[in-house]
Amino acid sequence: MTVDIPLPPIEAVPATQGRTRHAGRAATPWQRRTRLQRAVQALAPLLRKPGFSLALLVVLFALLAALVPQVLTGFDPYATSPADKLVAPNAVHWFGTDELGRDLYTRVVYGARLSILAALLAVAIALVGGLGLGVLAGFAGGRTDALLMRLVDVLLALPGLLLALAIVTAIGFGTVPVAVAVGVGILPGFARTTRGEVLRIKTLPYVEAARLGGASWVRTLWRHVLPNAWGPVAVLATLDFGAAILATAGLSFLGFGAAPPAAEWGTLIANGRHFLITAPWVSLLPGLFLVAVVFSLNHLARSAEEHAR
Amino acid sequence: MSHPPLVEVRDLAVSYRVAGERVKALKQVTFSLAPGETLAIVGESGSGKSTLANALLGLLPGNARVDQGQVWVEGVDVAHASERTWRTLRGRTVGLVPQDPMVSLNPTLRIGRQVAEALVLARGRRYRGVDADVQALLAQVGLDAPALRARQYPHELSGGMRQRVLIAIALAGEPRLIIADEPTSALDVTVQRRILDHLQQLTAERGIALLIITHDLGMACDRADRLLVMKQGEPVELATPRQVLWGAQQPYTRALLNAAPAFVPRRRPRAQPGQPLLRLHNVGKQFALPAPAGTFTALQGLSLSLHAGQTLAIVGESGSGKSTALRIALGLETPSTGHVEYSGVDVSGYSWRQFRPLRRRVQLVQQNPFAALDPRFTVYDSIVEPLVAFGLLKGPALEHKAVELIRRVGLPEQFLDRLPRELSGGQRQRVAIARALALAPEVLLLDEPVSALDVSVQAQILALLDDLQRELKVAYVLVSHDLAVVASMADQVLVLCHGQVVEQGPAAQVLGHPGHPYTQALVAAIPGHSRSVLPVAV
Amino acid sequence: MKGYLAGRLAQAVLVLWGAYTLTYFILYLLPGDTLAIMLSASGMEADGLSAQELAQARAFYGLDKGVFEQYFALLWGALQGDLGQSLSLGRPVTALLAERLPQTLALAGTAIGLSLLAGVGLAYLTAYVQWRPLKAALARLPSLGFSVPVFWMGLLLIQVFAFGLGWFPATGSQGTASLVLPAITLAIPSAAVYAQVLQRGFQGVWQEPYIATAFAKGLSRAQVQARHGLRNAALPLLTLVGLQVGNTVSGAVLVETIFSRNGVGRLAQEAVLRQDIPVVLAIVAVSAAAFVVVNLIVDLLYPYLDPRITHTAKVS
Repeated sequence: MTVDIPLPPIEAVPATQGRTRHAGRAATPWQRRTRLQRAVQALAPLLRKPGFSLALLVVLFALLAALVPQVLTGFDPYATSPADKLVAPNAVHWFGTDELGRDLYTRVVYGARLSILAALLAVAIALVGGLGLGVLAGFAGGRTDALLMRLVDVLLALPGLLLALAIVTAIGFGTVPVAVAVGVGILPGFARTTRGEVLRIKTLPYVEAARLGGASWVRTLWRHVLPNAWGPVAVLATLDFGAAILATAGLSFLGFGAAPPAAEWGTLIANGRHFLITAPWVSLLPGLFLVAVVFSLNHLARSAEEHAR
Repeated sequence: MSHPPLVEVRDLAVSYRVAGERVKALKQVTFSLAPGETLAIVGESGSGKSTLANALLGLLPGNARVDQGQVWVEGVDVAHASERTWRTLRGRTVGLVPQDPMVSLNPTLRIGRQVAEALVLARGRRYRGVDADVQALLAQVGLDAPALRARQYPHELSGGMRQRVLIAIALAGEPRLIIADEPTSALDVTVQRRILDHLQQLTAERGIALLIITHDLGMACDRADRLLVMKQGEPVELATPRQVLWGAQQPYTRALLNAAPAFVPRRRPRAQPGQPLLRLHNVGKQFALPAPAGTFTALQGLSLSLHAGQTLAIVGESGSGKSTALRIALGLETPSTGHVEYSGVDVSGYSWRQFRPLRRRVQLVQQNPFAALDPRFTVYDSIVEPLVAFGLLKGPALEHKAVELIRRVGLPEQFLDRLPRELSGGQRQRVAIARALALAPEVLLLDEPVSALDVSVQAQILALLDDLQRELKVAYVLVSHDLAVVASMADQVLVLCHGQVVEQGPAAQVLGHPGHPYTQALVAAIPGHSRSVLPVAV
Repeated sequence: MKGYLAGRLAQAVLVLWGAYTLTYFILYLLPGDTLAIMLSASGMEADGLSAQELAQARAFYGLDKGVFEQYFALLWGALQGDLGQSLSLGRPVTALLAERLPQTLALAGTAIGLSLLAGVGLAYLTAYVQWRPLKAALARLPSLGFSVPVFWMGLLLIQVFAFGLGWFPATGSQGTASLVLPAITLAIPSAAVYAQVLQRGFQGVWQEPYIATAFAKGLSRAQVQARHGLRNAALPLLTLVGLQVGNTVSGAVLVETIFSRNGVGRLAQEAVLRQDIPVVLAIVAVSAAAFVVVNLIVDLLYPYLDPRITHTAKVS
């Protein structure tokens, strides 16, 4: 371990420090810009695009609904009112009412909590697992990489919804199992993307330069590889957040989600299909809201990606 | 000129729409080209020379607009011509030899089909014997075994061969003008020279006019009857090579001439005897290939020693093993044979951790300044990273050191806040040099430090490197394919060819009186070197 | 080439085995009493049985053996084509699959064909159109396509084309007419993915210098796009078709449920609702096999479409 080569005369460093102090006396007008300032500068042109702002508003609305639904509506999601059943959309009931006379808009807003949280949980599982696997495989290389990638191949070979169905069969119905199942289903995509990015960035000259500058692998990973790999992974996360909403909705549509009367978006749509002829809005309007949220997420991801290019 | 001009451009102005604003790319360009004449358009990046080439082909991108002026091709004004008119002109009147042969052929079509396509278009219909014509054309542009080449795909051919195929495609329509857009800048120098010779011979035989777009004033003087020097979209000077070389009227042309490193080996006192800083002894490197192929020898029998304050240049074309030599010296590869010594200590088998303390003594400046800086790091972060990684300085001391380093490489300290994408190529290379200097190394390895830069910027960076060497007494190992750059910097020269050292010695001797045929070919291929009219040569 | 083929085949088998094993361990080892699940699937309550009956049941389902013993017994059976018995239907799983598979294959096949047609067509059109507003609108269409939940799209189509216009039957699996709406529903997300990737492919290819070379020959825009653009832009599509098999199977579960078609997808949904573990395991294994086989074919096809890829050892 020890190197018996004489290092450059030690005064080289103190000498530069001496010079630095000297330079310090001439008060420098230069000040470092903060990260926040730079982030604002980068975001400003995006916010000026109307499509981006609109999509951001829709997503923020959905997040708000997940956190504080009571702010967005005056009705009780579970209060039935048989007199008002299957009312078409009007000024009072924006999305109409369902077969028990419950306000549909309110049910959609309250449904956001379960749906959004399930999707967030799914993406979090995929992100943590996928990033971990991807970084490990990309960085370790060799046998570890080959082994992990075969595992990812296996996960990819299992159709997402079927894998989710198997998990749900084993651990039971409900929002959390569904979220876990969806998260495991989208994990391999994250692992592959992360690994690809790590492998790409690992060979770039600036990483080599950092290594030659004496930076350890851990430091290189934290300071150079991960921040630069993060872009495409974040875009994928946004896209997959939309996909996770769709997948959890699909599973709850099939009847594996939360138990009634609590309702996820998928349950609402499934519930409405019995009245498709008489009251199509009961399943179509919640669906439209779902489409708006997922489309907005996709739009955000795509704009960010195009902006980065 | 006695002939009516083939191409006449009058007062042409072209602008691009970029982020909602119109940016002028060409302003008041006027020139004419006679049949059979060779005109070179010379300029650095941003001079509008490529825009001009595209305007002459009607291939301006969608956000470009011809603001004013006329372009007459064979007596027809095509400045605002329809796509239909252009299609009759392209291929049959104006042919193109594009810039980068590696990416200018469709990778999924056979060579023969791509050439045949041009032939069929020129005749207007499919015809019998097109295959024979393809092979004849491929033979004319100097490809061996044309029948085989016609069946191959582009990736199976070398860069030089691909450029010959592209010349064949340009010739297929029997045009009256060929536009050659930086035709050889992506190729090795010796290949460059052969291809240009061949192209000029073919066009001369057929009476085809040639428009060469280039950044290389020396090459333009060698090849052209007349030169049009451009700067930032405006024509600066239109003259013959002799006029340019013996007394360029415009200061910009003179600056370009002076910026191109003259091929004059520098003569300096010999190295002081004593222990060399870096010594490679009989170093070789073999790479294992998949089963049947065995091993590939990238480098063999390389020995060199470098003394303080001296520059040793390693010259070679692509695949010569010069990068491998550099990586071995940096401890990124372990040599298969021989050993590497720093100050007399053998470090050949060192692990990265063992090598790490040495990083303070030897640093690298990379080839491509556009990829050498982390796009998310500010200049400040990049420059101080080695100091932080070694834990040498922190806090205000670190910031002062950064200011000192950035001034040292001739950039204002406000640049410390910039991101790499806000810098030009030359500025990035200065930042990369500052980063390499941060640890105050004794040896700096320079991997093609200026090959990605414009000529005038090259000159500035070379001057900076020279200054730094004189002041800091740092020793350089310069890896380059450009003999002019090598001549202006090196004390010792080592010529590599296919992993073998073919010649080695003091710069004046190796470059002034090359002994090996390969070195002689390299020296002869330097643009401008062969011309007797050149007052600045040797 | 032979060496490559053998290696690739071995890899395919390995992945398939991995998929089977993983699913087995998910189904049999995750928390949850397998015996109780199996009993309730066969219509019995675990609570109502005596200890002796429970032990009998355990032996009957093979749950009294060790985990690995059970696993190898199942794997051995699967290798011989015996996928076990359905708990709720009391029939061999193989017979059930044989009965349902043709329906699903017809649906998936039609959907894959349709999605390729629509996806490639849309992207080709987007690349050809030069009028900016229309080009921008066409470029956004794919993202809308995969923002729409499959099940909701199905309901919308039923509402419009079955109940509203009465052109096609809303549900059922008889005849070609009943295949139209499900196939379209299933095709939309994949078509959107193909269109998006191909649009990007065209965008990238359009910047390539060889396109300039083609224009300089005097080719028209349509000729350049057809002869030089399409093939190069479409290369990534092949891999994607392989990967989309999984999504098509997932979509089939939803689509068959909505349109009440007697396919494997609906069987899967019912099996999960009844917690019929052998059926679920068999369906997952069959889908994984389909995925592996299609991707194997894709890999073997690649060298024919992209001459730069060869499966022979390279000598440089």
